[in-house]
Formats: sequence, C-alpha cells, structure tokens
Amino acid sequence: MSLSTPSARRQGLSDFIDRHFKLLTLAPALIVLVALTLYPIANLFVMAVSTIRFESGGEIWAFTPLINFKQLLNDQIFRIALWNTLLFAIASVAIEMVLGLGLAILVGSMTAFKGVMRTALIIPILMPPVAIGSMWKLMYSFDFGVLNQIVTGIGFAPVNWTGSPSLALWSVVIVDVWHWTPFVFLILFAAVEGLPKEVIEAARIDGASNRDLIFKIIIPLMMPAIVVALLFRTILAFKVFDEVFLLTSGGPGTSTEVVSLHLNKVFFQQNDLGYGAMLSLAIIAATIAFLWVARSASAALEKR
Amino acid sequence: MLVLRGYSRLAGIALLSLGVFVILAPFLWVALQSFKYEIQILQGSWNFEPTMFNYVDVLYSRRSDFLSNIWNSLIVAGVSTLCVLVVGTLAAYSLSRLAWSGWIRNLFLGWTLIFNMIPPLTLVGPWYLIFRQIGMFETLGSLILTHITLHLPMTVWMMMAYFKELPKEIEEAAMVDGCRRIDAFWRISLPLVTPGLIAAGVLAFVFSWNEFSVALNLTGRDTATVPVAIARFAQQYEVQYGQMAAASILSTIPALLLMFFGQRFVVQGLTMGAVK
Repeated sequence: MSLSTPSARRQGLSDFIDRHFKLLTLAPALIVLVALTLYPIANLFVMAVSTIRFESGGEIWAFTPLINFKQLLNDQIFRIALWNTLLFAIASVAIEMVLGLGLAILVGSMTAFKGVMRTALIIPILMPPVAIGSMWKLMYSFDFGVLNQIVTGIGFAPVNWTGSPSLALWSVVIVDVWHWTPFVFLILFAAVEGLPKEVIEAARIDGASNRDLIFKIIIPLMMPAIVVALLFRTILAFKVFDEVFLLTSGGPGTSTEVVSLHLNKVFFQQNDLGYGAMLSLAIIAATIAFLWVARSASAALEKR
Repeated sequence: MLVLRGYSRLAGIALLSLGVFVILAPFLWVALQSFKYEIQILQGSWNFEPTMFNYVDVLYSRRSDFLSNIWNSLIVAGVSTLCVLVVGTLAAYSLSRLAWSGWIRNLFLGWTLIFNMIPPLTLVGPWYLIFRQIGMFETLGSLILTHITLHLPMTVWMMMAYFKELPKEIEEAAMVDGCRRIDAFWRISLPLVTPGLIAAGVLAFVFSWNEFSVALNLTGRDTATVPVAIARFAQQYEVQYGQMAAASILSTIPALLLMFFGQRFVVQGLTMGAVK
C-alpha cells in the first residue's frame, strides 16, 4: 500500500487542503469572529434583559426585561459622558487635522528634515497609551510637574491642570493631540509625497501664490487622504479610554467622564453586568448608525 | 511642493524644530525623572546625581511583579501576533483571490469594520462571563484570544491591500503549468507579500503590547501585563512617581526598538490604506 507511507499520507492531506482551500482559508477567521464577537454580542442581548448578581456559588441571573432599559433612559452620567466624548473628539480631531496637515505640507516643502521628523514622530504612535498617560500625569502635577515649573518660572500662578473641572477635559485634549498628531501627519505626509509634482509646478508657473497652491490645489488633491485620516481619528477618539483612565479617571466630578470610562465603571466597579450590557448595545447601535450615516453621506457626495 | 525662501524658510525650519522638540521633550523629561529619588522628583530639582534606584526597585524589589508582567506581555503579544498573522493572512488571501460571492465578502468586511469601530469595552463584559464559565478567566490564553480578535480586522485589511498589489497573472501562469492552488499560495504569493507580513506583524505586536482596557479586566495578579502594572503604580494610594516613570520608560523599549529597526515597515503599514 503506497498510501500508508508518511510522504504519501502528507500528500493526501495537502491534496485534501487543496481541494477545500477556499473554505479552509476563511474558516479560522470566521470561527474567531463568530466565537469572540458574534456570540458575545448575542450574550449582550440576554444580559441586557437580566439582573446578574455575584454570590459565592457563581452568578445568579434574574429575568428583568425593563429595568436596565429604564436605567438607560435615566442615566444622567451616560449623557454627560456622551457630551464629554463628543466635545473631546471634535476638539482633539480638529486640532490634530490642522496641525498634521500643516506639518505634512511644511515637511514636504523642505529638503532636509524628512527623516528626522518621521523618526521623532513615530515615538508617540508606538508608545503604550498607558505610559503616555502616566508621563503626562507627572508633567501635569500641580506641585512639581514641568509644566507648572515653566508657568511659575515666567511669573504666573501654577495651573491645576487635571484637578480643575473647567480645565481637565482640555488637559486630556492636549495629551491626545500630542499622541495622535504624528499619526495624522504620517498619513497626510504619505499623500503629500504622492502628489503629482507637474500639476503644482504648472500652477506655480502660471503665477499661483503659495496660499493659492495650498488651498486651491494641494488640499483638494489630498482630499481622499484627509477624509481617511479624519475617519480613523474620529473612530479612535470615540474609543478613548487609557489616557483618561490614567490622568483623571473621569474626575474631577464627571468633568472628564467619557463613554468607555463610564462603561468600565458600570461593568467592573459597580459589577452591574446587566446594565453594562444594555449600555454596550446602545453604544454598538449608535456606532452602526454613525457608520450608516457616514456611508450614505459619502455616497451622496460622490454623486454630486 | 511649496517654494520657501528667506524668512518663510527660516520660519518653517523654526516651526519644525519646535515640533520635534514638543514631541521629544516630554519623553526626555520623564526619562530624567526616572533617574531621581522620589524626594528629588517632588522638589522638582534639576541638579541631581542620577540613580538607578527606580529601575532596580521596579524590576527586582519584592513588592513589584514587573519582570513577570514583562514576561506576560511578551507571551501575549508574541503568541497573539503569530496567530493573528496566520488567521488574518489566510482570510485575506481567501477573500482577495478565491471566488467568494460578493455578499459573503461584504458581510465579512463590513462586520470587521463595525467591530473595529466599537469600543472593545462593550465586549469585555460578555468575554468576562464566557471566560469564567469555561474556566479560562484570568489566564494568558483568554487574553491572547481577545487580542487575536481585536487585531484581526487590521491584519485582514492590510494583507488584502498587499495581495491586491500582486498581479493575478503570476499565480495563473503557475497554475497553468500545473501548480496547485495551495502551492501557488505557499510558494508564490506568500513570499511576495513578506513586507506586508512584517508590517502587519510589527503593528499587531505593538498594539497587543500596548493594549490596556481588556487586559485590565481579564487579567489577575499573576497574569497582569505591563500596561496594567503601570496603571497600578499610578493608582496606588500614594503614587510612586519614580517607579511609575521608570516603568513607563521600560514599557516604551519595544516602541523605540521598532522605531530604529522597523521604521520603514511601520510607516508603510500605517499609511498603506490611506494612500491607495
């Protein structure tokens, strides 16, 4: 029997794989997605209509279809968190886009600097966000942080960066701008390098000023990349968690409470898994709605 | 690009220098703090004898588990990166080369897009319950599984972009000559997308090493990863600033290594989808 020799058996196996290659290559990813995303989301639906308590023997489930939903409607902190997240996302993404675009065009116009910029700017992107949070926690320190050393050094009163309710969210925005402007820069700089040089040269010969070049030629040509960077950043801004957790944990009061923080508190500090599931579903539904609106909007724009 | 002459050129150079300074200064200042004793940090002194006390304390003191945290992070990041590369690359090849009908493709890609957009914390609740039920709670295995899931969408899209760049004709020519599909994938396409594998692998490793919100809730004392440990330093009743600074600097080492040795791949990976 030639089939029983090891090499022939291996041949048989790889023949089998080859015949079902299409299914076998996609199956692992499908299994991961079903087992670890779809099944948990199905769980969310069950959890959202239940009250789950932990007792010594394990968790005890009770079917309470409306309690969590009512709580969602009356959750003041969630509303504040939504508002803070929105404010945070709009402010930080707007600043990052302007700075990133400016830097990309500026570096694109320089003969030197490209390598240095790229190297320096990769650090914040790859650093653990938690490390960034703890770094800025040190720098924001009221008593000994370097920022207050500078502020008092030039003759002003020390600033309570993360402790004052009116300032805390903006301190978080500053950290986010430091963290993510480099990412926006990288994407937009790649687009700058891909711009058609002849078009810009031709416009210059026709007498276009730098200002005209930027606003009438470079930015319109870069629009696809700008939209991609904007989308990426907006998505990430709404997911913000690590830095805020480290810097303020939502405080003082609720002034930096963001959606992810609130969710984390409900799930793992109040141990309210039922209501946490209801919140999660609301967030997922809102995300899908946002995606759908963004898609229809871009489709409508393309038709014009 | 723009032509900058005279003052505007100088202003440009000044602006860029300022930009590089603003990026690097916080890192350097914190690195400086990590070589001070606690009291010198609290005094905000600039004249001091550098000491390795904080690093020694973080790594070797009995109160700290940082060495095992590093080990945990390395295992989780390493294993989850390998797995996600295999699973993601196979799926990317399948979706870009093997005739799947449109709606399956769209469903798969659409769902990974949505999943990538929702905060991971929405799924941590059910993950927590599921892993408790099957007895995997607070194990490295459970964290590895979640990290594979979290980084699968990114890997699939990146690898699809790389497969799309390969002309179909190369494989078709090989298959006309009698090469099987599996060999066309293994011997022809896969070697050609090696840069993509490196880029996706580097990013998956870094993101897994950095990941915090899931690790915070699914690990216990023995399985805590580096970010969780740093958060503990910062959240203690009396914050140990020196140790916190030292741990933060240590946690950045993989990023710094990649900056020097894998920069090309990182930039390529991060900018790929945007430009094409």
